Parts: sequence; C-alpha cells; structure tokens
Amino acid sequence: MATTDVALHEDSGSLERKRVVNDMSIQVGTVNGSGSQSSNTVLLRSIFQMGVPVSGKNLFPSNIAGLPTWYTIRANKDGYIARKKEIDFLVAMNPETAREDVMSLAAGAVALYDEPLNLRTLRNDLVFYSVPYDKLVAPVCPEAKLRKLVKNMIYVGVVAKLLDIDMAEVEKAIRKQFAKKVKAANLNLAAVQAGYDYAAANLLKRDPYHIQRMDKTTGKIIIDGNSAAALGCMFAGCTVVTWYPITPSSSLVETMIEYMKRFRIGPDGKATFAIVQAEDELAAIGMVIGAGWAGARAMTATAGPGISLMAEFAGLAYYVEVPAVIWDIQRVGPSTGLPTRTSQGDILSIAFLSHGDTKNILLIPCSAEECFTMAQDAFELAEHFQTPVFVMSDLDLGMNNWMADPFPYPEKPIKRGKVLSKEDLERLGGFARYKDVDGDGIGYRTLPGTDHPAAAYFARGSGHNERSQYSERPDDFEKNMERLNRKFETARSFVPRPVLISNGKSKIGIIAYGTSHWAILESRDQLRKEYKVETDYLRLRAYPFPREVHGFVEQHERVYLVEQNRDAQMLTLLKLDVRPELVTRLHSISHIHGLPLDARSVTDEIIMMEGK
Amino acid sequence: MATTPTSTPVPKTNRIGLSIAEYKGGKTTLCAGCGHNAISERIIDAMYEMGVSPERVIKPSGIGCSSKAPAYFMSRSHSFNAVHGRMPSVATGAMLANRNLIALGVSGDGDTASIGIGQFVHLMRRNLPIIYIIEDNGVYGLTKGQFSATADLGSKLKTGVINDLPPIDTCVLAIQLGATFVGRSFSGDKRQLHSMLKAAVAHNGTVMLDIVSPCVTFNDHEGSTKSYKYMKDHEEPLQDINFVPVFEEINVEYDPGTTVEVTMHDGSRLRLRKLEEDYDATDKILAVKRLAEGHAKGEVLTGVFYVNTQAPNFIEMLNMTDNPLTTLPESVVRPGREVLEQVMEELR
Repeated sequence: MATTDVALHEDSGSLERKRVVNDMSIQVGTVNGSGSQSSNTVLLRSIFQMGVPVSGKNLFPSNIAGLPTWYTIRANKDGYIARKKEIDFLVAMNPETAREDVMSLAAGAVALYDEPLNLRTLRNDLVFYSVPYDKLVAPVCPEAKLRKLVKNMIYVGVVAKLLDIDMAEVEKAIRKQFAKKVKAANLNLAAVQAGYDYAAANLLKRDPYHIQRMDKTTGKIIIDGNSAAALGCMFAGCTVVTWYPITPSSSLVETMIEYMKRFRIGPDGKATFAIVQAEDELAAIGMVIGAGWAGARAMTATAGPGISLMAEFAGLAYYVEVPAVIWDIQRVGPSTGLPTRTSQGDILSIAFLSHGDTKNILLIPCSAEECFTMAQDAFELAEHFQTPVFVMSDLDLGMNNWMADPFPYPEKPIKRGKVLSKEDLERLGGFARYKDVDGDGIGYRTLPGTDHPAAAYFARGSGHNERSQYSERPDDFEKNMERLNRKFETARSFVPRPVLISNGKSKIGIIAYGTSHWAILESRDQLRKEYKVETDYLRLRAYPFPREVHGFVEQHERVYLVEQNRDAQMLTLLKLDVRPELVTRLHSISHIHGLPLDARSVTDEIIMMEGK
Repeated sequence: MATTPTSTPVPKTNRIGLSIAEYKGGKTTLCAGCGHNAISERIIDAMYEMGVSPERVIKPSGIGCSSKAPAYFMSRSHSFNAVHGRMPSVATGAMLANRNLIALGVSGDGDTASIGIGQFVHLMRRNLPIIYIIEDNGVYGLTKGQFSATADLGSKLKTGVINDLPPIDTCVLAIQLGATFVGRSFSGDKRQLHSMLKAAVAHNGTVMLDIVSPCVTFNDHEGSTKSYKYMKDHEEPLQDINFVPVFEEINVEYDPGTTVEVTMHDGSRLRLRKLEEDYDATDKILAVKRLAEGHAKGEVLTGVFYVNTQAPNFIEMLNMTDNPLTTLPESVVRPGREVLEQVMEELR
C-alpha cells in the first residue's frame, strides 16, 4: 500500500545536491508489534530536542501484530507540521512493503534499507544506503528474542549519523523513553551506537538532508491530543467518566485513568472520581446522562460507531436538558470504515444527532493546547446550557504526537450553571424546571438529593410543560421547543470564537477547522509565495456558528471550505445559516483518503478553482 | 345545644415525622385494576414505614406502562423517565455521582427482558445499590398487547396467538449474574410484597424483584399465565416473609427449626419461615435449581429466592471518597498549579 498520494514513477532525474537543512519528512516502514514505536519516538524527540519543529504521524493498520505500519516524522524550520505529501527520507524495514515504498518516492529521495532486501536495483534516481541490521544486532543484543525489537533501534543511530543528529540528544531521548528501565535504556543505547558507528565507518553521505540545531522548540512539550484532552478533563473537575473501548478514543480514557490515579486521590486515599468501563456505548452515554442529571461533571469518549449508538440518548439529554461531555475522536466511516485512519466525517450527524428537532453544540480543537482548554470549555458550556457538548477531535490529533506550548493553568473558577440549592428553594418557595426566567432559554434545575420538599421534578423524554409535567398540549410542546431553540441561539455567543487571520483586502476566504488547520497555514504561504494569491482565513472552533462566521462569508467573494469528509458537511451546516444569496460563494474542498490533510493538495485545488 | 370541642386530628407520622400523604404521587393514569397501581401503593407503604426521606430517593425508569408508574408515587422524589430499556445505565450514572441517593428503579418485562436485557444483565453483575422492580405482565401494554420475553410457553394472547418461545426468567438471570437480593412476588399478594419491599430498602446491593402484575386490558383472560386468576391458582410461596426493621423492637421469637433469620446490612432482620423444608435462600445453586424445577412443574414460585448480605456493592468497589462526587469543591476536583507544571515538565 502506498502511504502517499504521489504517483508511482520510474523516471530518472538528476540528484539535487543542494544542502537541505531542517526541512524534510522521514518515513519509517515497519511491521506493527515490532517495537518501532519506541524507535520512532526517540527519533522524533531527538530532532525536537535539537530545537527543530517536528510532528510525528503514525499510520497503522487495524491489527495487533504483523501488518505494515508507517511512521512519518516531519521536521521543518518554518514550523510547518502538517503531513507532507512527499517522503524525502525512507527507512525501509518491512520486506513486504519495501518495494512499493521505494517505488513511490520522488526522484532524489533517500532510501535506507536492510541489506538483504537489495532495493538498490529498483531505481537509479534515489540515494540508497544499506545496513546489515542482523549482523549488527547480534553483538549488542545477546538475547535472541529481543533482537526483533532492538533491531529497530539501530536505524535510529544510522539516521542520526546521516542527518547529523546529536548523539547526546538521542541518548537523552532514550533515557526519557525508558525512564524507569535502565537496563532497557542501556541495551537500546548500545543498538543506536552500533548503527551510528556502522554508518560512520561504512556509509558515504550522498544526500542533501541535514538537521541543524535551532531554537524553535524551547519550552515546548510533545503530547498527543488524547492525552491533552485527558489532562484538560482532569483539570476541568470531571468526576465521572464512563466509556467503552473504541479506536481511536480509548487512549483518551486510559491516559485519564493514569493521571486521575496520580493526581485525583484525596488525602483519605480515596478517589475523587469514578471511571467505569461500560458494557457498550449505549450504557456509557446513559451513565453520563444519569451522572449529569445528578450533578456530576460527567463525560465519555468514543468514535463514529459509538456516536451512532448514542443517538437516542443524545436526544434525551437534549430534551431533558442534561449536561454531558462527549469526545468524538473521529475516524473514517461509514460503518466500521477505516478504524485507524483520520476523518472529519461526523460533523453533520452530530450537529443533529438524534431524531426530531435535536441540535447539539460542537467544539472543534485543532491542537493539543485546544484539546486541553476546550475540555474545560466543554464542561462549562454543558453545565451552563444543560445540554450535551460534543468535542470533535480526530485520529490525527488524538493519537499522534504534536508539539505544543505548555498548557495554561485554568484561571476561571468552575461554574456549575443554574442549579438551585435548598436555600434557594426556601427563598423562592418552588421552581418550574423549564421556565425561561432569564430570557436566555436556560431554565433552573435542582439536583436529586436536594433536601427540600419542592426540589423534585420529573425528568422525562416525553412531552412536558414548564413544570416538567407530562403534557401533550400543542402549545406546551411548541413553547418548549421554541425555548430550546432560543437556548441554542444564546449558545452562539458563548462558544469559542473563530480565529480570524485577515489582511482586510483579500477577496478569497478560506474556512477550515480542526486538524486541517496545519495544512491551511502552510497552503496560504504556498499560495502567496508561489502564486501571489492572498487569502484570508477563518478557523471555526464551534457550532452553532458565532456571528462573525457569517460576516466572513459576507466579506469575501469566494470562500473555500476545506474539510476532511466527502459530503462537505460543515459547508452544509453553513449553508443553513447564511443568507440564501451568499450560498453560491461557498466552495467545497474535501479530502477523504484517511491520511492527514497536506498543504499541497489544498493549494493545488484552490489554484485550480481560481482558474490560475 | 351540645358543643364538643373539635380539633383537627393529628395525622399519623413515621419515624422521620412525615405522614403517609407525603409519600403519595400524582393520580394514576393506568387502567383501573392494573397491577402496577397496587405495587405503587406497596412502595408508598414500605417507604413510609421504613422512614425513608423522599428527597434521598431517585426513581429512574425506562419506557412502558411500568415506567410511567413512578409518577404515581413519591412526588417528593426526583424521577427520570429515560429511554426504552436503558434505565440501568441512567441509574448507575446517578449513583456514581451521588452515593447518598437511594435508587428505586421501575421497569417492565419488555423494558427489561427484551430491549433492555443487555443493560439489565450488566446492572446485575455490578451489584449496584438499587432496588430494581420489574412490573411483569408478560405483554407490551402501551403498544396494545404483544407478547414480551417473560410470557410463558403456551400462554395465549387475546387474539388467540399462542406463545411458542420459552420465557426468560429474570430471577434466574439475576441470581447467576451477581444480584444479591432476588425475589418474585405478585401485585395481588399484599402481605408478601409489603415485607419484601421493606427488606429491599434495608438491603445493601442490587435488589431484583420480579413482581407479576396482571395487565387487565391485554393479558387477564383465560389462557394467560399472568392473569389474576392464574396467579391465584398457581402462586407457590417458598416462605412466609416477615421483616423486622432495625428501629423496631423484636418482640416475637422465632423457631430456628422452621425459620431462617437473615440479618440485613443495617441490622434489620428478615425472617423467612420455610414453607418448603429444604429451601435455603442463601444457596445460589439451590435457588437456580428450584426455579428450574418450578418451571417444569408449571408453578409460579414466589418469595425471596436468594439473599447475600456480605458482597460489596459497586460503589464500594470503586473506592470513591465518602462524600458524593457532586458535592466535591473545586479545591478537591481541580489539581493545583504545581501538578500541571510537573506534568508539563515530564512532557518536555
């Protein structure tokens, strides 16, 4: 399988000899379950520690062991960390895919391979290096059964030598990777050194790529989006987590379990939280709703198939008005789809998830920092609006390693929304659960267990009046639905604002969201530098759309909405929102191949649609 | 003209000073004679007599006639009429959030044994503290009388359709899966149901009560095995049940030869006078075996089939802090700055 969308070619080209510093993508083709994850992380961290901006993307099969896996590291001095379409430096470790991996490289690229694979004969327009891994691994790893894992560490040493990565940084990265396992660290370090020494003695540098120390990662951290989300939820004061394992969301809760066990055990040695693995996603969301109704900050994390199962309960929470936070780490659907590939395919179904007139709030993080901060936003909004809030992450963000600035400590106190206490009830004498007292569509609620005879109300998914009594009266139903709509409209001015980059003069607008952001940043520079096309850019961060989204469409003649789904889902939502005469300004650029979006594809498509 | 001083009679109150009126609910909209109404009455009596604060009780339910019932008792308690077959998860979430609540879940045979069987079995294996009541009439009432999965083999619908599939015995399932107080009763057996419900309140863990509750509109005819008449003819109580709450003095001795006394979690006594000499409600395997025999013989066994007062409940297993999670202040649920700094340092 080709992991790039560059066409296969066999033509020979002249090798570019110009030195290329801190601008390359390195791809490692291995077999899953072979321990390559550690090697790749060490390589990524080493470059990061050299001060060079990096990203690491794992392209893995829905399988535990034995199938091809690719890991791509992009190092870029300008901070472009989106997937790069072309691979510059291939580390071919997997005999099964090595041939195709080599054939899909662009001319001038580098291929480092395991000697017996003899890939050199395939092309004459690449720089080839070969290493006899099996011969090198035996002396450093006497234990035969560990060799398969340690072998992968050897290429780290070879790459370090070829690219001028400081071995001191590699050692530091290894010590970090095997933090508490000194023996393992030493073993792996020996393997790296063996690779480095072999390269120094035997490989003549013939490619242009170099890593050179710079200072663009100072103070930064490396983290995956799911871990960032887990931390965000912990600091948001989440107390109940109920979940059902599903790729790519499982690591969010698993990481959260680790952090909560470390930092959320009270002085009495007891947990200030409950985390329960439910029997399915139906139960997971049901428990969240039960806990939210009872007054806990409750959440679940899932992916597309889980979202489908949660649909009925989502409507209940919307209509009964129960806070809930649901993380959707989007993967490729429909159905089981591509469980280990990334997508933005759940936007439309979640916006209206459930039957009847249901509308939901969506938050859309683009970075690890936003996974952290939006976790807090999600709980605040869910409790303020007494409704489910969906955080739309994706596999690329959730499971891959990202550079991030250190997360800001939450400065705002936790607010629990309109909840009446016993004292409030004594003062008021009673309350009507679904009455719009403040004109914002949000009623006041009480929590079960509130010690007052007037505290109880009957929460029900069936038709109800202001006092939450069963009602089939047309006017009761209509009034309630209109109030819910008013509440949703109120949310427009409370959800995270879009981020606007505008020079005030461009006629072309780009709208994107989530992980597409990184490709857009780079694409806008490509458009400017290569085609002299200036663009403005609005990054959506939530649904319902705040007013400035409409303003952005008004101010631009042509608006390209870039998204990672087939059916222009966000564009469809926007069409419902803007004035009808503006709809023709909206143009879709969509990507559905399951690989993270790259800048070149966006640039090419905009140029084509601009007729340039 | 004779005058006698009149005074408003002081209503009788329970041990927490509430009158029975304060345990009432709204006016029922179920059919006259529906077994569910009798069950609501028994719940009111039991809660009143046990002196349970209505504000601590939650009444989660699913969908169906049964699940409407919480509207007809204990209006001072919070209710949650959830989605079909999914009450267990909502109840579980609420109990995780606030461990001080007392959960009284009401479900039906369709809500439990068909659409909700998945959540039901997992609720049972968790031993969540909850009283789970199945108001079991063998038919779907709100959709006008289709068979449910607890309908007996050979049972006949009003339309003449014969049920040719075996019933799911929810009590057998509950016992096998880990519920710690399992029994069956009949909405028309006032005394037995009353005692069982009071014992249920005293139990720590999952109480699963399957209460046969005839549907007067769709399943009370000749040929039904869930009719009033059928139950009167076929009910076979395993014990004579007597419950002595912890706050009442014991003034009647019992004969250990004929009666088993179970001390409940709160110190209350459940006295089971054996109507069958060999039956032992603490023996799981025996319970399942006896229920299977009952099916073979066409008996409708009632009574407390199984009780285990020692097993930890789900909340206890989670090692949660003593205060309800809902009440924890920000200082407890949001770690300090130094924690975030420490984690950031680890990620550098």
